[in-house]
Amino acid sequence: MDFGFSEEQNLLREQVSRFMTDACPLSVVRAQNGGFPDELWRQAADLGWLALIVPEAHGGLGLKWIDLAVVLEESGRGLSPLPILSQALAATAIGRCSGDDVKSEWLPQIATGDVVFGVGLYDDPTWIDPKGVGLEGGETLTGAKPFVSDATRATHLLLATRNRERLGLAIVDAGDVTLKAQPGIDRTKPFASVSLDRVKPLAAFAMSTADLAYLTDCGAVAVTLEAIGAAEATMALTTEYAKTRIQFDNPIGKYQGVKHRLADMFIDIESFKSLAYYAAWAVDDAPEELPRAASLAKAYAADAFARIGIDGVGLHGAIGFTAEYDAQLYLKRSKWVRSAFGDADYHYQRAAALGGL
Amino acid sequence: MDFDFTQEEQAFRAEVRDFLAENLPPPAERGRGFMSEWLQKVRDKRWVGFSWPEEYGGGAGSLTEQAILKEEMALARAPALGTSFMGLAWVGPGIIQYGTDEQKQRFIPDILDSKVNWCTGYSEPNHGSDLAAIQTKAERVGDHYVVNGQKIWTTGAPWADWIILLTRTEFEVERKHDGITCLLVPMDTPGIEVRPIENMAGDSNFAEVFFTDVQVPVENRLGEEGKGWAVTISALANERSSIGEVTQMFAKLESLKNLVRTTTRQGRPASDDPSVRRRIGEFEAKIAAMKYNGLRYLTKQLRGEPLSSETSVNKLHRASLEIEMDDFAVELTGLAGVQLPGGDEAVDGGRWARSSLGWPGVVIGGGTPNIQRNIIAERILGLPKD
Repeated sequence: MDFGFSEEQNLLREQVSRFMTDACPLSVVRAQNGGFPDELWRQAADLGWLALIVPEAHGGLGLKWIDLAVVLEESGRGLSPLPILSQALAATAIGRCSGDDVKSEWLPQIATGDVVFGVGLYDDPTWIDPKGVGLEGGETLTGAKPFVSDATRATHLLLATRNRERLGLAIVDAGDVTLKAQPGIDRTKPFASVSLDRVKPLAAFAMSTADLAYLTDCGAVAVTLEAIGAAEATMALTTEYAKTRIQFDNPIGKYQGVKHRLADMFIDIESFKSLAYYAAWAVDDAPEELPRAASLAKAYAADAFARIGIDGVGLHGAIGFTAEYDAQLYLKRSKWVRSAFGDADYHYQRAAALGGL
Repeated sequence: MDFDFTQEEQAFRAEVRDFLAENLPPPAERGRGFMSEWLQKVRDKRWVGFSWPEEYGGGAGSLTEQAILKEEMALARAPALGTSFMGLAWVGPGIIQYGTDEQKQRFIPDILDSKVNWCTGYSEPNHGSDLAAIQTKAERVGDHYVVNGQKIWTTGAPWADWIILLTRTEFEVERKHDGITCLLVPMDTPGIEVRPIENMAGDSNFAEVFFTDVQVPVENRLGEEGKGWAVTISALANERSSIGEVTQMFAKLESLKNLVRTTTRQGRPASDDPSVRRRIGEFEAKIAAMKYNGLRYLTKQLRGEPLSSETSVNKLHRASLEIEMDDFAVELTGLAGVQLPGGDEAVDGGRWARSSLGWPGVVIGGGTPNIQRNIIAERILGLPKD
């Protein structure tokens, strides 16, 4: 029984943490508008982060989502604009659903970062269900995908399609579609609407309902892992401020109205962290438990991080509301986390259903 | 990361399961002599005081084996392994850590054999959360301490044989945590008067305890004179949140789901109500979080890394969850839900209503939730003390 990270995983965590501090601090994050610096993507690829979960047979490191977990957590801490999440989701989808020829062609390029994937699964903003996939599949694709993550800087898009009850995934060249970047609350999580007019996919393969649920769960787990780091950063920023900001002759962190709110942040982060680690482990080692584990983790995190984001700004007072101060960046991330891959309401009710109700 | 158990650990789990299959009949079939037989049998297995060293009669179980034992006992809904809850939870561990050899030989076997009941004399009328400010006075006179003062909210005092008593031997101290001395006192000592207090549930299991010129032999002092605060702290730290509690809470959640399945609200099944379904999901998420928090903390201990005050996290979860689950059941079932046992419409025999009256006391007992939040904020986050 060992519910902790290995020495290798801890080293990986330190590596990502150093990268975020040295190469991708918040000043760099702030300078992006729906994109990322190419050299940072190159570095992330050289360090092997994009290859982590790609099988060795296809040029990857053959590791698991629980290894990827530390990368997502640490890049979330610094609100990294690199689309590691979408890239990982594309790798997981192709590895799980496509044939050997598609895998051999695409997985090595994903591992090296030579292709950059944007991902669009659902076309209904709230419907986490096969019926929420609206784009009709076929030899050529015509229609719209209104919510494609990380599409603006992608070289390729992985898009879910549907023909009546039959689901599919299509890889298309980003140059073959019309992209419209959408203004979002969190600029580090860009998404775009995509319209397709008789676009011929570079590859297309079937996806089962279970596959779609699995990919959605992976997405929910990934978002939650990033939220651990982001929420801890919010707590650290606010704790530091509470120690140094003097009001009524005392540091405000001495007052229970402030310190108890910070203690509650700690309680919630500890808790969704434990749920998220278990879910990340379940992705590869206990997939039968993934749906329940992913829903519990995402639901808890979605609500808790939203509160933490608001209090992170609020406990600072007016300075927290300024554009210059960093607390607002985390609040924006928390608003994106709420909706991504199913909100708390959806996941709590799903957990009840999975629990036999 | 690995959730598998070693062969030895699996064998131990099988041993516990076999024992339970053989020795734990269903509640309806447990006769009058069952409890005393049960206590003797688990004692013979050395599962009472399972974490304590062998030389004092404990079971020397590893951390993982302790977790397995607690989990299996809770899964089988087995009764407690001893009748002196406080004796097993912190008095015994405190004596093992701070007691003299003579004290260990004198007190430990009786705790393990459920021969004595202990109560805990900490809170005073003016000092509850601010425990270190206690004023009950112990004055050294020859080979005795003479104790004068009052304790209150002393759970179990009406039937306890012994009390672990926090007193002040020095009043002129720089820090209020100094000058505190811990004494072990028989409850039948002349000068002790117990006045039970009725709680909101109608029970009288806590009490005021008055001390008037109570003579306590010096050999009954636990730890050094004036250093009693350290004993107290270690005692409270022994009150670990256990895997067993989580198992019991999952069982409570299942009962709650059964209640939802059989309840109709406004002519429709309660199980169709999205807000009801969401609440069930929320309960499950928090209980599961407690489970995996507990496993992460257990892993830390197994790796020899020090635990800080993280265990307060699960204590706080439990405090709010137990009350919320009871209240949810009471509210779900409307006016029937507020009927106590004996009511014609009482739900599940009134257990939810009854339970909802008891939990607030448990929650306050181990240090109020706000004190737990202070502990997290000050010890883990490093925020300034009040």
